[in-house]
Order: sequence, then C-alpha cells, then structure tokens
Amino acid sequence: MMFAVRSATVRFGQTLALDNVTVEVPGGSVIAVVGGDGAGKSTLLRALAGEVRLDSGTIEAPSKQRLGYLPASAGSWAALTVTQNIDFVAGIYGLAGDELTARRAELLSRASLTSAAGRLAAQLSGGMRRKLGFVMAVVHRPALLILDEPSTGIDPVSRIDLWRLVSEAAASGAAILMSTTYLDEAERAARLVVLDSGKILVQGSYDQVRAGFTGVVAQTSEPVRSEWAWRRGRVQHEYWPGGDPPAGATVVVPDLEDIVTALALAQRNAVLS
Amino acid sequence: MIVKEFRELIRDRRTLGLLIMMPLLLLVIFGYAANFYVSSLKTAVVGPQASQVAATLPPFFNVTTMQSSGNRADAATLLQDNKVDVALVTGQAPVLALVNGSNLFAAQSAVAALDKAGNRVKTQVLYNPGLKTSWVMVPAIIGLILTFIGTIITSIGMVREREAGTLEQLAVMPIKPSRVILGKIAPYFLIASVDMIIVTVLGIVLFGVPFRGNPLPFALGAAIFLFVTLGLGVFISTISQTAGQAIQTAFFFLLPQILLSGMIFPLEAMAAGVRWIGYLLPLTYFTMISQGIMLRGAPISSLWLPFVVLMAMAVVVFTGATLRFRRDLAPGGPPGTARKEPAAAEAVGTA
Repeated sequence: MMFAVRSATVRFGQTLALDNVTVEVPGGSVIAVVGGDGAGKSTLLRALAGEVRLDSGTIEAPSKQRLGYLPASAGSWAALTVTQNIDFVAGIYGLAGDELTARRAELLSRASLTSAAGRLAAQLSGGMRRKLGFVMAVVHRPALLILDEPSTGIDPVSRIDLWRLVSEAAASGAAILMSTTYLDEAERAARLVVLDSGKILVQGSYDQVRAGFTGVVAQTSEPVRSEWAWRRGRVQHEYWPGGDPPAGATVVVPDLEDIVTALALAQRNAVLS
Repeated sequence: MIVKEFRELIRDRRTLGLLIMMPLLLLVIFGYAANFYVSSLKTAVVGPQASQVAATLPPFFNVTTMQSSGNRADAATLLQDNKVDVALVTGQAPVLALVNGSNLFAAQSAVAALDKAGNRVKTQVLYNPGLKTSWVMVPAIIGLILTFIGTIITSIGMVREREAGTLEQLAVMPIKPSRVILGKIAPYFLIASVDMIIVTVLGIVLFGVPFRGNPLPFALGAAIFLFVTLGLGVFISTISQTAGQAIQTAFFFLLPQILLSGMIFPLEAMAAGVRWIGYLLPLTYFTMISQGIMLRGAPISSLWLPFVVLMAMAVVVFTGATLRFRRDLAPGGPPGTARKEPAAAEAVGTA
C-alpha cells in the first residue's frame, strides 16, 4: 500500500508553504521529514492528514478510519486520565469491550505507561504525554500513521521508547510519515525528505542522500565566507559547492546535519544572489 | 518598554477594540439608556364611561385601548398579555385602576400618578402587588445565567480544545462534525438547564417570586434561548484562538444584554436610538417570556412574538455558528484538489 502527496502546493496568504512537493509513503516504512523552522514540515503532514487545503496537487491517503495522527501539540486531553484518553479515541474508531481492554493493556505495556494508566494526562511528563499521544494515534491499527515531531522536547530515554514504538508500528505494515528536528533520528528512517522554504531539497535513503551530495565541507576556525558557514561544536564548518576549498583546509566527511545545512544554505544563497 | 507596549497593543486588535469601544458603549448606554423615568404609560380604559374618563386623563396616560363594552376581566387580560401598563375600569365609583406590576418602573410611575387622583381612583397592582424589585429581576437573572453559561463557558470550552490542539485530532478522526458539536455543547446545555431550575426554585423559595404560568412553555422558551446563547458561544469560539480572546469577545456580547435588554433599565424609558439595540438582543425576548409566564401567568398565545423572534434567532445564530465550526473541523479541499484513497486497500496491523 502506497500513500502519497503529489505535486502539492499550499499557500497561506503571501507565504508559499509547500511548493510542488511530491512525497511517497510506502507501507511498512518510516519516512522522515526534516528541515528548519518554517520549512513546511507540519504543512506537509497536515496536508496528508487532510487538515490543510491544497492549492494544487493530489493526496492519496486512506479513509479517516485507517488514519492515525499525532499533532505537534500534546495530542491528548489534559483533564482525562490515560485510560480515558485511550478509550475515548478507541470508541470513535469502534473499539470496545474485550478487544479494547486487550489492545489498551498491550499498548500501555509497550509504551511503559501501565503504571500511569489512572493518572490525568496533565500530570504526565512531556515524554509520557507524547507516548500517550502515540498510543492514541495507533490504537486502531492505522494503515497510515502521521507523526508531527513526536520526540521534540522529550528526554533521551523517552525518545528511545518512542522510536521503538514507531519501529514496531512500521514492522507491522503501517506507512509512517514523521517530521523531526533530530537528524540522528532521521538517519534511522527508510527515507529522508529534506524541506526548506516549502521546497524539497533532496529525498531518498540516508545513503542515497549522502551519495548524491556534491561539493565539499571543510572544517575551519575562521570561515572564509560567513554566509556558507555554520558552527559544529567548538569549530565551524564551511560548504564549498564547487568542491574548491582553499589550500590547507581540513575536508570532513559530511554527516546528515552537514548535508541538510549545506543544502539549505545553498538554496538560500542562490535565492539571495 | 512603553514603545514595546504600544506596539503590542496596536497589534492586539481585540484589546484595542475593547479599550476604544467600551468607553463609547458605556457613554452611549448610560447617556441614553440609563433612565428609570417612564415618560408615558400605555393605558386601556374599559367600561361604560370609558370615553369620558379617557378624556379627563393627563397626557402621561397614553390611551392605546378603549373598550366601552369591556369589564374588569377584559382589563386584566390586557395586562396579562402585557399590552398595557394600566387599565382603568369605569362604571363604578371610584374608578378601578389595575396596574401591571411586572413592568416595575412603569408600575411605580403609574401608582404615583394615580395617587394624585385621591378617592376618585382605587388602585390595584396586579402580578407584583408589593412592587418588589426581586420579583422582576429573578426571571431576568435566569436569562442572564443562561447567557453566561451559553456564551462564556461554552466558548471557553470550545476554544480550549483548539488551544490544546485536540480539535486538530478530532478533525482527522472518523467522527462527524455534527457529533463533535453535539458532544461539546450537550454538557453545557444540561448544566445550564440544571442551573436554570435551581435559580428558579431559589427565586421562588428565597424571594417569594410567584410562578403563575405553565412551566412547559417556560422550559420551551428557555431551551430556545439556550440554543441562541450556545450558538453565540460556538460562534465566539470560531473567531478566538485563546480562552482570553474568547472571554474578551464574549464580554462584547454580554454587556449590552445586561444593560440594554430591559433587565435593569426599562426599554420604554430608553432613547429610540438605543432602544432598537435592545430589540436585537435575545435576552430581551427571554425576559419577556420569563416575566410573562412567572409573574403574569401569561399563556403562550400572548407571548407568540418573543417566541417567534427567539426561534428565528436560534436558527440563524446556531446554524451560522455550527457551519463555521464545521469548517474548522473539515477543511476539505477547494475545487480541483483531489483526495483519494488508494485502491486495493489491504488490512494493516499496526503493532
């Protein structure tokens, strides 16, 4: 089963939020959407979920009955307990009785939330609340799961828990489109979609993205062109699109963060020039 | 800091509107509407000497009905239907003056004016013989409470869903927008109904306010009125992003209802330029129904006008508000945007 956004363009007033974007989401795989703030990640996800009108393009998505969605917000009702949140959502999807009881217990156990079942969602930690949101998004076994920055703002341990849940969902056959600001997370996905200013800079597997990257990234303490440089820890990296760094520059093997940053700078500097 | 505050204020159109509109609104209301003095009384004169007695009345008594064949019962019916403030029954000495006590300020003015006639007139106040303010206020307060719950509490409850982002979740779930709206407003409808019953009973027990009419039309009027206020609450939620904005906006709707519905200042005493605002407000018509049924025991046939107006308001406001809310829940797509489900859907078991 393949779901997709094809040639999607979305405008919010004068702002072009998505510009002719095509992304395919095959079943059983995780597609990670990465990009900076305002890149269009949430708009892309919300378009696939049916929350945003396209100005042009097509959406191939399952019915609401087979769609799971975790928004960028808390994703649960603060004044309901963990159990009540799950039961409310499950009820909308028609789950009830023994089937619901078993499904709830299974998901709570996998998300390490069993002991918090009676607590109000408002009383959960950020990580626990995101895991609850995830559980609510998958309680009905959706064919397409859309996760908007599920791990933003939560601790590393909870991120590991969440990723385990995401991987299990993909292993069961769900198509998963998720946005993230953590590039180490994105590396684990089957495919990456790098967005900037509503445009796709590059997409493919991590290896494909790396292999397709042209130019050179050099490590420096004093960048020659500040508009092409960014800080990495205590040093700076500078992108040379033509592969022509100055003599003596220390060339580094770019990781995903370097690639995404370099491509975004190339796009912005091209726009400005 | 001052410049920063001004910049923020200029961009916060709602607060700016409140700051500019509120003084103007208060000035207009208290300048033109805050008037307890009733300049003329709608008067009926019935009985064999109706025309002679009417001719002797000062201009303060504006004779709108004259029935030479009428008697005391006819006069009482005119008062019960709220067609007149005073009904004079002739053909007896002294002349009997029946005063409509449910229109408090008109009744107070009428009693004061009739007292000047001395022994020639015997005055009898109906429906509120003690001219107690509480008797007139309690039926109106019931409407105010329904307005408060329906407008402010409902809009906050709806906006909270938007603030928490859960409205977005509901929008992608297989639940009809009509069910979401029904589920959101049903608790407020029930709570407001319970509150209405409690306030009505307390009004009767604590203040001795009578309930002379049929409770069924009263409940029907309250339900229709509640739909108007719930509709306003839903509408406010569609134009507010935060609970604070919802409260601010609800305040715009609530204040005129308190001051211009006739609940505090009599509509007849307001300047014509302000009075028409009162006739656009739902609380005006609910107050007519609640005072009519509770104090005068008026039948639904004599209250058809406020019922019809409230019904029309309920249809327009509630339908408009729910359509706006549906738009938030089901963004859909413009013509030409294709959204389709891939063929050959297979069962997928997410772990």
